[in-house]
Amino acid sequence: MTLLVGLPVVLPLVLGALSLAIWRFPVAQRVVALVGTAVLLLLGIALLWAVIEHGPMATALGEWRAPFGIVLVADLLSAIMVLMAGIMGFVVALYSLGTVSRGHESFGYFPLLHLLLAGVCGSFLTGDIFNLYVWFEVMLLSSFALLVLGGERAQMEGAIKYVTINLFSSAMLLTAVGLTYGLVGTLNMADIAVKFDGAEDGGRVTVIAMLFMVAFGIKAAAFPLFFWLPASYHTPPVAVSALFAALLTKVGVYAMFRMFTLVFDADTAYTHNILLWIAGFTMVTGVLGAAAQFEFRRILSFHIVSQIGYMLMGLALFTPLALAGGLYAIFHNIIVKTNLFLVSGVAYRLQGTYQLKQLGGLYRSHPGLGVLFLLSALSMAGIPPLSGFFAKFILVRAGLEIEAWVIVAVALAVGIGTLFSMIKIWAEVFWKARPEEATTGAPVMDVASPGLHWLYVPIVLLAGLTVLIGVAGQPIFEVSMQAAEQLLDNSAYIEAVLGSEEGS
Amino acid sequence: MEPVLALVVGGLYAAAIYMILRRSIVKLVIGLLLLSNAANLLIFTVSGLTREAPPLISAGLDAPLAPTADPLPQALILTAIVISFGVLAFAVVLINRAWHVVQAEDMDQMTGTDT
Amino acid sequence: MTSYSLILRTAARFLLPLLLMFSIFLLLRGHDLPGGGFIAGLVASCAFVVYLFAFDVAPVRRMLRLDPRSMVGVGLLLAALSGVPAVFFGEAFFTGLWLELELPRIGEIKLSTPLVFDIGVYLVVLGSVMAIVMALAEGEE
Repeated sequence: MTLLVGLPVVLPLVLGALSLAIWRFPVAQRVVALVGTAVLLLLGIALLWAVIEHGPMATALGEWRAPFGIVLVADLLSAIMVLMAGIMGFVVALYSLGTVSRGHESFGYFPLLHLLLAGVCGSFLTGDIFNLYVWFEVMLLSSFALLVLGGERAQMEGAIKYVTINLFSSAMLLTAVGLTYGLVGTLNMADIAVKFDGAEDGGRVTVIAMLFMVAFGIKAAAFPLFFWLPASYHTPPVAVSALFAALLTKVGVYAMFRMFTLVFDADTAYTHNILLWIAGFTMVTGVLGAAAQFEFRRILSFHIVSQIGYMLMGLALFTPLALAGGLYAIFHNIIVKTNLFLVSGVAYRLQGTYQLKQLGGLYRSHPGLGVLFLLSALSMAGIPPLSGFFAKFILVRAGLEIEAWVIVAVALAVGIGTLFSMIKIWAEVFWKARPEEATTGAPVMDVASPGLHWLYVPIVLLAGLTVLIGVAGQPIFEVSMQAAEQLLDNSAYIEAVLGSEEGS
Repeated sequence: MEPVLALVVGGLYAAAIYMILRRSIVKLVIGLLLLSNAANLLIFTVSGLTREAPPLISAGLDAPLAPTADPLPQALILTAIVISFGVLAFAVVLINRAWHVVQAEDMDQMTGTDT
Repeated sequence: MTSYSLILRTAARFLLPLLLMFSIFLLLRGHDLPGGGFIAGLVASCAFVVYLFAFDVAPVRRMLRLDPRSMVGVGLLLAALSGVPAVFFGEAFFTGLWLELELPRIGEIKLSTPLVFDIGVYLVVLGSVMAIVMALAEGEE
């Protein structure tokens, strides 16, 4: 049973190594990517099923028992995030078949994709903060290489900022890990939680908490540390953008959820109040930044930032309902944001640009694409009955319950701003006629290329998923609620880790 | 010994941040290098300095006889050094390529993706 | 960037096999004594880097035969797979398994999954350092 906890980490590592070893055979790499990510997806489902059945599970690597060895832990949150990573890995691998050029493939696109997934799954499952740092680095190193795939000028400029700020945040994380070890002499998260609860020196714990907040805040692109994201996410190939948008910032958010519920839950009046401010400003700056942009992927990048605000709002309000809303927002956002990036890739294939001013008339020529875009866009803006509505509804409801009027007002206003941006894209890309001067230039795409149909498959899948978790929101809400309760009452988690000595 | 090392760590952090704030990308990478060294030295210092007591168990025994230095921070630092080695090697290749593409090593001329 | 120093060229020829042998020595003694896959991989890559400084990239590439990127892949595969056999014996991932062999004349040999892991690390380090150094060296031209 505990085997399931380890497999989602080991499998992508093996796949990445395998596709590096078969460097010269691109077709074999594609097959490995598709089959492998599909298996990862199935593993995610199996893991979630097992966790729902049995509660949190832990396995100690190499039989070195907690708190001395490294443990992998799967509670509901981890299991759902692994499932999300599996879905996104599969969808992006499918989409890559049609969009990633031979040149990119020969620079190791698929091995990097697997290693990125390994880093992401490792971060979701590990129960050891130093190990978390290691997985973050695995993920970052692969993302660095993916970001510069192709080596154009914009990519280089974006990559330098991305690399610098992320290395800085890694150094912060390492500092925080070191200080934690100095204070309590353990690296196991559950053990740290137990020891911090008994620590009389609350001030130093809060300092460490703030260091973690800065480190994860940079990774999650929260205000005021988000500038690297819109400067770099629109530069790589679109499949890479989509994957980054789906998973990278969410790993930062996940780490925040984990640390600020499990470990730093003592001085919530201080830390979670700061988080609330961060959440509010993140939403507002993201949506305002997007309003000023006229490049498809840059608008979406700014909206990643603003959506991070909603997730952090759930964490900051710190009630079961709010946490459930934050989690729901994470699941919803991963699916919808990825899908919007995928649609932008199709628009680029059709008309050869990401500039809204030069795009146009897509609804006339490709009405199906328009509908798919609208589904995701309206879902993100929070129009019922799509998934984004329920995410916002839960959060707003939770905010009203504890009378946090300001943040609720901000959340609602930002929802309108999001709708504005989405309508802007709709009007410019799909509704208006294509500008004269743009039609004269030869389009980059060749419609006859066989890949184009394949691009629709993942988009339809994700759009279906959006509708599904909107219409059938109840079971997903219940799972989120259970996950939130597990986060707030961390005894099951701690027992799964530290009590596993008698169990195994 | 701790106060001296604490000052060194603080000095390294300060120098690192000063270098990161420079406009030259070469100095930026030097700053990142200093930063990772500062973090490593910090782990080494805060986890306690024990002199002349290597964490080795004599042959035939199951546990060390006297208290020894904590081996874990050294393992952590080694791991962190390996990681920062890999990442910085990548950063060096990156700035080399960026210099070829942009033909400048001034951060102020790399604003093409900011607006 | 070929060096025309006769001293370096002559020395590189002798250093290459010496350093490679030393790296394998380090790799094999690594489990109980100072050494191990990482440091051995670095020593091995030093050997090739010295040779590269003396004779340029192309001869080194020929000598390695395997593309350094494939080498990283094979190494990573070995390292990742070394954790798997433990599962079939009902243990957790990466539990060390040992096989002790009595060979005539040579004596006792201990084979283990940590050794496989170390060999994997050796290949990963050698491959990635060579990939980076070669990329930089070729970029200079």
